Amino acid sequence: MSVLAISDLHVSVETDQGVKKILKGVDLTVNEGEIHAIMGPNGSGKSTLAYTIAGHPKYHVEGGSVTLDGREMLDLSVDERARAGLFLAMQYPVEIPGVSVSNFLRTAKTALDGEAPPLRAWIKEIRESMTSLRMDKTFAERNVNEGFSGGEKKRHEILQLELLKPRFAILDETDSGLDVDALKIVSEGINRAKANTGLGLLLITHYTRILRYIRPDFVHVFVDGRVAEEGGPELADRLENEGYDRFLADASIA
Amino acid sequence: MSAPAGTVALDEATPSSTPGAVTGGSEPAQHGSKAHSDGGWSLIPVQTRSERFTSADPGAFAAVTGFEPAWKYSPVAKLRPLIDGELDGSAIEHTLEKSDEITVEWIGRADARVASAGLPEEKASANAWSSFDQALAITVSGEEAQSLTLARSMLGGAPRAAHTVITAAKHSSATITFLNTGSARLSENVEIVLEDGAQLTVVSIQQWADDAIHLASHFARIGRDARLKHIIVSLDGAIIRLNTSVHLDSEGGDVELYGAYFVSAAQHIEQQVFVDHVAANTKSRVTYKGALQGRDARSVWVGDVLIRQTAAGTDSYEQNRNLLLTEGARADSIPNLEIETGDIAGAGHASASGRFDDEQLFYLQARGISEQEARRLVVRGFLAEIVQKIGATELESRLAEAIEGALVHEGALK
Repeated sequence: MSVLAISDLHVSVETDQGVKKILKGVDLTVNEGEIHAIMGPNGSGKSTLAYTIAGHPKYHVEGGSVTLDGREMLDLSVDERARAGLFLAMQYPVEIPGVSVSNFLRTAKTALDGEAPPLRAWIKEIRESMTSLRMDKTFAERNVNEGFSGGEKKRHEILQLELLKPRFAILDETDSGLDVDALKIVSEGINRAKANTGLGLLLITHYTRILRYIRPDFVHVFVDGRVAEEGGPELADRLENEGYDRFLADASIA
Repeated sequence: MSAPAGTVALDEATPSSTPGAVTGGSEPAQHGSKAHSDGGWSLIPVQTRSERFTSADPGAFAAVTGFEPAWKYSPVAKLRPLIDGELDGSAIEHTLEKSDEITVEWIGRADARVASAGLPEEKASANAWSSFDQALAITVSGEEAQSLTLARSMLGGAPRAAHTVITAAKHSSATITFLNTGSARLSENVEIVLEDGAQLTVVSIQQWADDAIHLASHFARIGRDARLKHIIVSLDGAIIRLNTSVHLDSEGGDVELYGAYFVSAAQHIEQQVFVDHVAANTKSRVTYKGALQGRDARSVWVGDVLIRQTAAGTDSYEQNRNLLLTEGARADSIPNLEIETGDIAGAGHASASGRFDDEQLFYLQARGISEQEARRLVVRGFLAEIVQKIGATELESRLAEAIEGALVHEGALK
């Protein structure tokens, strides 16, 4: 069974005001097939964790490790991590002018598998995923993220999740900015990907509403760069009612 | 594109612009609207594009010093033989592939079609104009869509002159493609005349040999409700300077001017574009995009748009984007907008030159795509926007391959 293990992770970023520590010792273990929700107030370090695992150059790892089945990910380049089985669904995916979605998907699939996918089966797979995500056929010929609405960008991220079949996926606020219909469609896609491949999921969210459609096995509350509290799905319900005030008060006292 | 690199400047023109009529790009107080405190500012002559001298006689132009607005970005020393030297004006060999309702013939200098679209604005153009023996006349008629591909190769190393006149008759429609390969030292003028209601696409592709030098001036005159799509793709050659001047002097004229260029080490690729809105309700769109890599890779884009007092209802936008792939490359990008009437539909300009967008690379790499492959995708995609305007699949994919080939050839992508 695959395991993604984050231990004692310390991360800083450079800001105009100098180096700022964001993650201050994060420990988290995700097993294959598990869904972990990471919740927390703005600025608590949730997205930093996501981008650090994926290898964004802006984030400097000061200490700790991220291993996938014992293999250190922090030593690998961004694309090597993806080929090892990690996937990050981004909150603000960038536009790539002149590169069509179909070309992009085929190039990524080829890079991940080490060989081009068999054409007919691949086209069928894309078509099926697009249909279930209620994406128009013309979508494949549009340029990556160019002129996409917020909802289209998120569907495109989940389309990739379904097609590229990672072993672990980090979803960075995939729910933000979606109306309820889009949220349901996107959630179905995530659940389908999990059912099909048994991947492990780190679901980063500010709100609890996506957890109505995707039931987490574990909930971790992030405050000030650390996991402040952990529990089962019932913790999410409690946060829904109480908000983050309780944790913020603790943080300011500490 | 993020951090600006290369040089991006606004100079030359001192437009009598109409504040508020300009869209696109934030404009603080007009640069140069008042004299500098160091004095002497008022001695600089006003350089409005409409007052630029034109003549078919090279002798009428002063000796080129390299300080003139038309020459200050060009490697003048290397261009001397074409600017001042004697040019061989004999007919240039070519191969043709064309549909039936396009005629191609050699015509004499006195033919009325010569000088129907414009006159030289600088000495090298005038030198070519005064040197050609016969002009190649390409005439499109009928109303069905026609096509012509003219290939020129192995023009040799001696300085030569050429003159071409393309005439699209009333309501005709065609795509004319020039394919330039092999060695060359060529100065040429291309006149493009669209009669009323004509729809013409002109494509010029430069894949010359590495030592080739090519100076070209394209002049276009657009008839009533006629539409020109003009696309230049410059990839190979030591020095390519292809300047396009379009005169929209009939109502309803519409032009789209596109350029894509890939500049490698020590190459100089330049394009000076001039759109002259004379008649009312005319429209222009200018988009040039370039990628540069290697030491002393140099591109120049000057985009002049003049909206005359008579051109009410003009709709105009011009932009230039440069992607600097390595250290040591330089892109000059100079948009100039002169507006003489407040009654326009829109006028704007944009220019951005920058390095790779790290976020694009991160996004692609996060999907397993190697850095090298990601860079290739981004550059190809960047220029594809222009190449795709050609509308001929086979040619488009050949050019896309050539662009990728240039990237691989240079290797060092960091």
